[in-house]
Amino acid sequence: MTLARNDDDLHLVDLLDRLLAGGVVLTGDVTISLAGVDLVQISLRALISSVSTLVDE
Amino acid sequence: MADVLVYLYAVGGAELAESVAPGLTGVDGAPVRVVVDGRVGAVVSTVDPLHFGEDALQRNLEDLTWLAETARAHHAVVDAVSQRHPVAPLRMATVYLDDDNVRALLRRKNTAFTAVLDRIRGRREWGVKAFARGQPDVEPDRGAGDADLGPGAAYLLRKRTARERSARAQQNVEDAAAELHETSSAVAVASHLYPPQDPQLSGRQEHMVLNAAYLVGETDAAAFLDTVQTWYSPHIDHEVTGPWVPYSFATLEES
Repeated sequence: MTLARNDDDLHLVDLLDRLLAGGVVLTGDVTISLAGVDLVQISLRALISSVSTLVDE
Repeated sequence: MADVLVYLYAVGGAELAESVAPGLTGVDGAPVRVVVDGRVGAVVSTVDPLHFGEDALQRNLEDLTWLAETARAHHAVVDAVSQRHPVAPLRMATVYLDDDNVRALLRRKNTAFTAVLDRIRGRREWGVKAFARGQPDVEPDRGAGDADLGPGAAYLLRKRTARERSARAQQNVEDAAAELHETSSAVAVASHLYPPQDPQLSGRQEHMVLNAAYLVGETDAAAFLDTVQTWYSPHIDHEVTGPWVPYSFATLEES
């Protein structure tokens, strides 16, 4: 199965790799803390379920 | 709950304050500004706790439309400010309670931020992804010896041959990916390996075998591209993305 994806979609996945797993990570009492939340996992879940929805249609 | 929160995009030199283009907007369409402490500055915008408070973030990050819009907005700001000055991008969804807390952060982490900026100054990030090429589906040869074997033994022999061929193909793919990584690293200052992307997301059926980022000097970019793009393997197919702001290399040394 090949999904028709445009450049924006592909770029988004590469972008999310970097934005969710790269970049400076700050923790501390003054931050809204998402510490312990695996951003990559929950976001991938969102992406995959969304892709699955598209496939089902 | 606070009335407003402060979303951070990137940290750079204090001179950012003079060069952020008026009219530049970030996540939620909010205007972008710079909070300065001493010689470092943070690129920020004011955001609504209803969208960027802790609970809201948890929920929104699972909403693909929100995630995509916010990621693109975050990236657009980082990309725009990085055109003029080296900046260390922050991980998406870094939110502080107010400007005072941001200033305190800049003061506390001043040395670490300066070190990151020194590392990425004059350098850009390039992505290299490689995929296993589809294996031609060859019917295993019926060797001359097959005729002498009973059907059961011939079947087992064919199974074993197929298994060995598949293991060899897998090894060839892994070796090729390692060689590509080595070749790319030789022209780069540093490298970072990401987990392979899920085939549902990569947009390609083939198994991804390398998802790497390389930090490359701006003056070496042409040499890097030439080296990586002319590299060839019959076992893997690769593509280059970039140049990126060095997201993968903006990490703070623990102090």
